[in-house]
Amino acid sequence: MKTTGTSTPWLLSAPALALFAALLLTPLAMTFLLSFNSFSFYGGIENTFGFQNYAEVLSDVYFYEIFGRTFLIAFITTAICALLGLPEAYILFRMKPAWRSFMLLIVLGPLLISVVVRTLGWAILLGNKGVINEFLRDIGLISSPIRMMYTSTGIVIALVHVMIPFMILAVWAALQRQDPATERAAESLGAGPLTIFMRIVLPQAMPGVLSGSLIVFSLSASAFATPAVLGGRRIKMVSTTVYDEFLNTLNWPLGAAIAILLLVSVLTIMLAWNKLVERRYSGVFE
Amino acid sequence: MDQPAFNHGLQMAFLELQALNKRYNNVVAVEDFNLSIERGEFVSLLGPSGCGKTTTLQMIAGFTQPTSGAIMLNGRDLGAVPARKRGLGIVFQTYALFPHMTVEQNVGFGLEMRKIPADERRRRVADALDLVHLTHLGDRFPRNMSGGQRQRVALARALVIEPELLLLDEPLSNLDAKLREEMQLELRRIQQEAGVTTLLVTHDQSEAMALSDRVAVMQGGRLIQEDSPFDVYEKPATSFISTFLGKTNSLAATLERDKAGTTIVIDGTRLSGPDTALAAGPVEVSLRPERIELTDAEKATISGNVIERVFLGDQWLFRVETPIGKLLVMQRNLGRREANVGERLHLSWEPEAMRLLPRGEG
Ligand SMILES: Nc1ncnc2c1ncn2[C@@H]1O[C@H](COP(=O)(O)OP(=O)(O)OP(=O)(O)O)[C@@H](O)[C@H]1O
Ligand SMILES: [Mg+2]
Repeated sequence: MKTTGTSTPWLLSAPALALFAALLLTPLAMTFLLSFNSFSFYGGIENTFGFQNYAEVLSDVYFYEIFGRTFLIAFITTAICALLGLPEAYILFRMKPAWRSFMLLIVLGPLLISVVVRTLGWAILLGNKGVINEFLRDIGLISSPIRMMYTSTGIVIALVHVMIPFMILAVWAALQRQDPATERAAESLGAGPLTIFMRIVLPQAMPGVLSGSLIVFSLSASAFATPAVLGGRRIKMVSTTVYDEFLNTLNWPLGAAIAILLLVSVLTIMLAWNKLVERRYSGVFE
Repeated sequence: MDQPAFNHGLQMAFLELQALNKRYNNVVAVEDFNLSIERGEFVSLLGPSGCGKTTTLQMIAGFTQPTSGAIMLNGRDLGAVPARKRGLGIVFQTYALFPHMTVEQNVGFGLEMRKIPADERRRRVADALDLVHLTHLGDRFPRNMSGGQRQRVALARALVIEPELLLLDEPLSNLDAKLREEMQLELRRIQQEAGVTTLLVTHDQSEAMALSDRVAVMQGGRLIQEDSPFDVYEKPATSFISTFLGKTNSLAATLERDKAGTTIVIDGTRLSGPDTALAAGPVEVSLRPERIELTDAEKATISGNVIERVFLGDQWLFRVETPIGKLLVMQRNLGRREANVGERLHLSWEPEAMRLLPRGEG
């Protein structure tokens, strides 16, 4: 009886575990192994074992620049998402229920549309002959177009649009957990609306902002579609570089090494961030 | 300038609720509510769920706008004063402590908002924590405290700003029975030490009676009686109040008058009645179970068989089938064997123990 008792959960989750192993762990392990192989322009991939791909990436300033840009873009996107998402979630939270569900639909609606479609939409808006530039020229504000396509700024704008629903949802969950009477308690003690927001609401919503940041940062750092469409060859991010190594240069081992480095660095940043948050907020929130 | 505060030449109570009304669309939450509270008084607002107690409190606090009526505090009309300028101390049902602040920071928040310098703030926070006996827990977070301790923090936070008025919304309802009794005594002590005018909202009649100088009973958004705890219990204005406050036997009766006095007729049984101002005719008799005594057959007002018996530790509760109906009888436990189900009991009571109320009310 005892053994069936402990093995039942495993049996029940076996199909999911099998799927997980087949579709995620296997390719990941194969990529990991691939990253130790070598590649020559004429011979193709050779089944050797060595760290030369990692050495190549870690000794080349070119890759440092790409990694640096990727994390900077991910960081700025996360910061903007937090700055916009927090007040937005709070305003939504304070709305009358009927309005709230409508507005929530508008905020979360973009999640229903493919990232590629949304990014192409941004391309139409941001291009040199795009809607924004045409409009600014027509009203005479500018004479030559502002370059937004193939810039980091363009990528950040589109990424914020893609990622902000995740931030809003995370903050929303945190706001929902807070006791609405705490705001009234602060008010009765003499606090104005701004003080209430800064001193009462914000700190209680902080765990939501921090977990939202975790999601947004990792998704932004590994985003592919948005930088591919809006950055193209000119503004390379790690994911688009990996793609190029695999499909253009055909240097799969090098691409695999870069992919593994991205995975490891994102994981490291996330774990460190999580540790920091836990240390800061343990004992305060359950 | 040491003149007593007369307002417009009229003597006004410290807190006056004048003809307060609150309507939500077509739901009437509070209707024509008038109440005066004197400085230093402890008044309870007592009533069943949904009778408008919280709504009344929220209007005083400034979180809800009255549909009509006025709230006067110390001669000042609070109507146009926003909640944060009213300077009232409020203890919420959920305590509403700030989870991200320590006990000291929680208690000090109101002083900080008043821009009290740090050293005075520290002193006053320490005094407030001393008052609620929590001096040793100043740097704890609320999450790591028991219900009773959180309750005290909430109380200290409300009192430290030296409010003119303390509002308590069911502050003890989240505590278990034993702790609730302890906190009742604590609350009364703290209120008296701080000398603060207090309005407590509760649906627990024993809490209202134990704590307050005066009880205001609400029903369906209206104030139906305000009196000392003893008087609301002993002289309930309606049969609703007599059943809501404690246990009672409610009996439909007819009142007859003659030169010798009054007679109560219940189902053909004639009993000598109490002095009353009521006119002869149909009345309702309210007879508290603790006023009925067990006696001998010859001295009995009425007799009957026990149909139910409950032992409560300090007392026995009997249900007795009598010619005037089933009566609830309470008998102090004297450590001896009491009548069992099926045995006969002889009951007697003073005529004055019967409270007469006009029939058809409540
Ligand atoms: N925001 C609101 N909108 C509509 N109706 C409301 C609102 N708030 C309260 N009511 C109604 O007003 C009446 C009084 O509510 P209130 O909360 O004051 O009752 P209460 O006496 O505090 O009850 P309880 O003991 O359950 O807390 C109830 O019928 C309630 O449904
Ligand atoms: Mg209530």
